[in-house]
Amino acid sequence: MAYSEKVLDHFKSPRNVGTLNKDAKNVGTGLVGAPECGDVMRLQIEVDEATGLISDAKFKTFGCGSAIASSSLATEWLKGKSLEDAMRIDNMDIVEELALPPVKIHCSVLAEDAIKSAIADYQQKNGITADGTRQTVHGEPALETI
Amino acid sequence: MTQRKLIYLDNNATTPCDPRVVDAMIPYFFEKHGNAASRSHQYGWEAEDAVDYAREQIAKLLDVEDKEVIFTSGATESNNLALKGVFEMYAKKGNHIITAETEHKAILDTCGHLEKAGAEITYLKVQEDGLINLADLEAAIKPNTILVSLMWANNETGVIQPMHEIAQICEKHGVLFHSDATQAVGKIPTHPREVGVHLMSFTAHKMYGPKGVGALYVSRKNPRVKVTAQIDGGGHERGMRSGTLNVPGIVGFGKAAEIAREEMQQDTARLSKLRDHLQAELTKMEETKVNGTEESRMPHVANISFKHVEGEGLMMTFNQNIAVSSGSACTSASLEPSYVLVGMGLGDDLAHSSIRFSLGRFTTEEEVDQAIELVRNGVNHMRDLSPIWEMYQDGVDLTKIEWSAH
Repeated sequence: MAYSEKVLDHFKSPRNVGTLNKDAKNVGTGLVGAPECGDVMRLQIEVDEATGLISDAKFKTFGCGSAIASSSLATEWLKGKSLEDAMRIDNMDIVEELALPPVKIHCSVLAEDAIKSAIADYQQKNGITADGTRQTVHGEPALETI
Repeated sequence: MTQRKLIYLDNNATTPCDPRVVDAMIPYFFEKHGNAASRSHQYGWEAEDAVDYAREQIAKLLDVEDKEVIFTSGATESNNLALKGVFEMYAKKGNHIITAETEHKAILDTCGHLEKAGAEITYLKVQEDGLINLADLEAAIKPNTILVSLMWANNETGVIQPMHEIAQICEKHGVLFHSDATQAVGKIPTHPREVGVHLMSFTAHKMYGPKGVGALYVSRKNPRVKVTAQIDGGGHERGMRSGTLNVPGIVGFGKAAEIAREEMQQDTARLSKLRDHLQAELTKMEETKVNGTEESRMPHVANISFKHVEGEGLMMTFNQNIAVSSGSACTSASLEPSYVLVGMGLGDDLAHSSIRFSLGRFTTEEEVDQAIELVRNGVNHMRDLSPIWEMYQDGVDLTKIEWSAH
């Protein structure tokens, strides 16, 4: 299967690879997927408490090229966004941007799950009751054990 | 990206056609284009002579009689003919067939088809080393067992089954023994009569011959085995496989067999040295594992798991330079890892992290050295990106995490 130019670009030069301090109060971490399924994404956001905007985003992904590209793209999109706007990132936006084939759509779903999971973690840490948002979280973070 | 040629380390998928084989085939497309079944003119005679000669070349490689070689379109057809043909021919004797979980799909899917037709199939599990347990095999044989079908060498791991011992068990219980020897023929000695294999499938394109031609060895005496034809027509190939013979393909198959017989020893010596070098260098990296027993394995194959790295992603780091296969098929929503590796007890995570390197006659030492460097760099790159590698290095017990399976 041939990969799109954009997937190849993100794969060869992934943006925002790294780790934020998961214990910091203004950092939210999402860990979704499973090694047995062939992909695990960890996506982290750092929120500027003064502005409420996402000031930094980092990821690490175990997975195929499309999974890596999806999470790399997600971190690019997250930076500078409010949590509300970040919640609106839809997996189909990622599919479209990266021209993912149907067999790779699950990679974009995982990226969306990782975003929502990271936001949920941040909100939980900061006692924000995210009415109407928690229900949309697909992937449950497994933070206790990280 | 440099313009260097793509290094081909996927010879278990298919081998390049040896140029000597191509040269032998060329006259049979135009000058000698005859139908081997045409008995009335020169074109037919020379085509028939060419097929007879190829049959002889192949029989010599196997150390069997010419007439025991039945030409087909490839190993998949040979496997279908062997299993379905025996099931139908020996229906009065029984309906039970024994095979293993790690067989090729051409066997497993054919067995699935036969189950619908009333066959009873036992799928043996394999041990962690990839070998079947001989006691399990013997215990599985019942009065209605008609056939044991076990591959000579596995396509993903190169593990070679204990053929002599399996044959002895079949002999003792009066059960026919078929072997899918697709990966073994032409690369290691495969002498079915000497070993006690009664039917054996193989194909030209895994031994430097052309695609689209294969054969089934069918023992003619002690025991005399018969299979019911699956393709009806003009009664070619002793009535077991009708259809105009693929003369150029068969000529190439014969030439490939002749070269294999003459050069097997030197190829094996050279390739096992290269494979051992590749394996030794790559397993110097942390957290790597060779899959399949090293005591009984094809000389040109190394299946290696690079822990905490996903196989398809890893391949993407070097697929502009090296052609290999992965035990991970990340192409569907279900993300199925290799059933062969999982059948050997490998966790799904390790199965997803595996790469199969299969060397061949045209692999050079320089290419292997380049591959080692490229794979090492790829693994390092992917581990830098891998959250589970980071967790592993931080001492997190990955088995204790509640992963959100999707």
